[in-house]
Formats: sequence, structure tokens, C-alpha cells
Amino acid sequence: MKRMIKPSIPEHSDDPRVTVTLTVNGEAVSRTVSVRMLLSDFLRHELGLTGTHVGCEHGVCGCCTVHIDGKAGRSCLTLAVQANGADIRTIESVADADGALHPVQQAFKECHALQCGFCTPGMVMNIVNRFDEPGPLDLTDDGIRDMLSGNLCRCTGYINIIAAVRRAAELMGRA
Amino acid sequence: MKPSLFGYHAPKTLAEAVAILASDADAAVLAGGQSLLPAMNFRVAAPSTLVDIQHVAGLKGITIKDGAITVRAMTRHREFELDADARQANPLVAEVMQHVAHVPIRNRGTVVGSLCHADPSAEVPLLLVLLGGSVVAQGPQGTREIETEDFFQGFMTTARRADEIIVEARFPLLPAGAGWAFDEVTRRHGDFALVGVGCVVALDAQSKVQTIQLAACGIADRPARLKEAEALLAGSSLTPADLDAAANASLSAVSGSDDMHASASYRRRALKALIKRMVIKAAERAHAGALT
Repeated sequence: MKRMIKPSIPEHSDDPRVTVTLTVNGEAVSRTVSVRMLLSDFLRHELGLTGTHVGCEHGVCGCCTVHIDGKAGRSCLTLAVQANGADIRTIESVADADGALHPVQQAFKECHALQCGFCTPGMVMNIVNRFDEPGPLDLTDDGIRDMLSGNLCRCTGYINIIAAVRRAAELMGRA
Repeated sequence: MKPSLFGYHAPKTLAEAVAILASDADAAVLAGGQSLLPAMNFRVAAPSTLVDIQHVAGLKGITIKDGAITVRAMTRHREFELDADARQANPLVAEVMQHVAHVPIRNRGTVVGSLCHADPSAEVPLLLVLLGGSVVAQGPQGTREIETEDFFQGFMTTARRADEIIVEARFPLLPAGAGWAFDEVTRRHGDFALVGVGCVVALDAQSKVQTIQLAACGIADRPARLKEAEALLAGSSLTPADLDAAANASLSAVSGSDDMHASASYRRRALKALIKRMVIKAAERAHAGALT
């Protein structure tokens, strides 16, 4: 990991520590952290991957959605130690290294599907994973709303996000 | 909103996992964590020790045998929802499972975990009650099978003992030719049900009800079979009067008081409407099945 910020456990903590070894965005990482550290905090505070946002910390808002062993999941409802040995993918890995946007990101940009942008990383990780899944996608308004139902947005009113999912399907030849 | 401190174990065998539970009365089993971790983040739950069973050998997978779909403890909601054989064997499963929270939660949460959590509004406990299934508990002395009517004992309370792990749940298949239906009333799709109703019905040659199973969630401290309605509808031609009578007979099953989500009287009205809709939908499917 290129970015590093100060480890989040104070020196005097009595928390039992555990060494967690996992793959994040294709890179093997290992950190010794508190047993009660959430995966969201591990990504942000230990690895400096602050693209994963933390909204509600109880699984409702979806901002912290990452891919855990290939499946979208809440990083605030996963302990870092539960992810021991897991393969994690975060928003930082979605665009190409040269900055070329993923079709889902491109579609969000084209459709103006974000305003403040706080919910966007979770939205993108969720939608990217749904496009990764085999099988047909329901691209009716109802189907897309169902797809987005686990991610809250307080700015857009969702209309442009729905348009962006449909546009992403076009860009990926899934429409 | 961070959990309070706990000890953590990730045993590789069931014997080890059960031994840890037996040695610590305040230990909790961690499977998918989609109910336990929010409770811990809120600190309404503060187990002394977590026994993470994700690496325990032999706790994964879905098998269909002896007239039931057997779901092992680490099977995620989404696996159960999408399992092609389970869909084929019992189409009610997919119909119910798509109402459980949202896909990212279903990717992590487990079927058996939801049963053990025993939220009275949750869909998976309703499915087990509706089908008359059972669970298998493993403790220090071995395994025991617990029937659904014995398993759910009250608000978030089950017959699982503190030193037991529920290793699998058995969801019976539908009777031959039966139709099925499930729906719920929620504030938003993916929320817990204010009221949910499931129905399984088989019709005879005269399109009268041969067998019927009806159950509801969100109405009391646990999911419940609606036995009075079932008895009233046995042999019925499902006339509007019969449906009304059955739905009205079920209203006394709503024992919950008003809460922040809905009043008890709203729940009774929703229950009545859902019972009628679900019986009709299940009967239509049974009828359509008989014609093909």
C-alpha cells in the first residue's frame, strides 16, 4: 500500500491484538491490530484507503461496501480479523492504474449520479459486483431500485443513479 | 459505534468450537455477523468471546435429501436464494429469500444465523415455521434435532443452549402439486417486515383445499402458524366469505403492542389483507400447476 497514515491503536491500549493477513486490491498486507477493529477502520486507518466511507456503522447506509472474496459486503459489519485470509477489493482498485474510469464510474459521471459523493464509493462497489454476477440483470426502474436498495443517498433523489446503472449496462454491453 | 472488547477464537473443528462455548457462558457464535455485529456496534450486545465458525470444517453447503433442503450453518442467504437445485425443489425459498435485507447483506449473513437470532419480524424463521422444518444442534454431548415449534421460544429467544451450535436447518419440500406464496408489508423494500405472510396450499380434483399451511411474522414475539385459519380453510372452495372468515380468525394472533414502526391495529389490517392475497396467489399457482 502506497498510502500510510498513523496506526489507529494508541500505544497504551489493552486490547488484545491479532495479526491479520489478507489481500487488498491484489496486494498482500499484514497488520497487527485490535481484535475488535472493524474492516472499514482497518482499510481506512491502517492502510490509508479512505475511499471506503463510513456512514452509519451499523449496516444501513451501505457507504462502506467493499468486495469480500468477490462479493459485495459491508466492511463495517465485518471484523478485520474475520477477513483474515480474505481477498478484499475497494473503490481504489476500480479505475485503471492510468486513471481510466470503470464503466460504472464513467456512467455516474455522465449521468451526474452524485452530488456530495459520500455514498458513491459504496454505490459503485455494489453495482460493479452486480454486473460481475452471472445471469441476467433486471434493468427496469423497479429492478434497478431493488439493486440500489441497500445504499442510501441523501442528495440525488436516486433518479440519476438509476439512469447511471442503465448507462453502465449500455457501456458494458449488458443492456 | 465500535464494539466493546471481546475475546476471539476461530476454531477449525466443531468439537473445538463447542468446547469454547461450553467454557464461557457469555460467548457468542459469529457466522455472517449481519445481526450480531450491528448489535455489538450499538453495544446492545457485548459477548465476552466470539467463536467465529467460518473456518470450521463441514459447515458449508446445501443438500436436498429425505424430502427437505438441508442448509448448513455457514451457508449465506444469497447462496440459498440463488441455489438452482433449491429453487427447483422448493420455489418458495427464493420467493422468501429475496425479501431478506439487501444483496450485500445477503452475501454475508447466514440462513442459520437468522434462525438463531430469531427476530420476530424476520423472513427466514417464518419460512422454517411455515414449512414445519427443524434444526440440528450440536453440543458437548452430541447432536439433537429441534422441531420448529419448540425452537422459537419468544422475542429473540430460541431453544439453543449456550453451549450448542446450530449446525444445520432442514426446510421441508412442498407437498406434490402445491402452490406457494409469500409477501410482506414494509416501509421500504429490504426492511424488516411489519407483517409477512406465507402460504402453501394443495388443491383436490374439485379445486377445494386439500392441505394448507399459513404462517405470519411480525405479529407476535415469534413467527406463528395460523392454525385457526388453516382449519377454517380445509376443504374450502376459497370463496370470499371463507377467506374473510379465515383472515378474521387470525387477527387474535396479533399480540404485539404498538411500536415505532406500526400500531397493532395497522398490523391486524395488513395481516388480514396479506392472508387473503397469499392464499389466493398460492391457490392460483396450485391450479396453474395442475393444468400443466
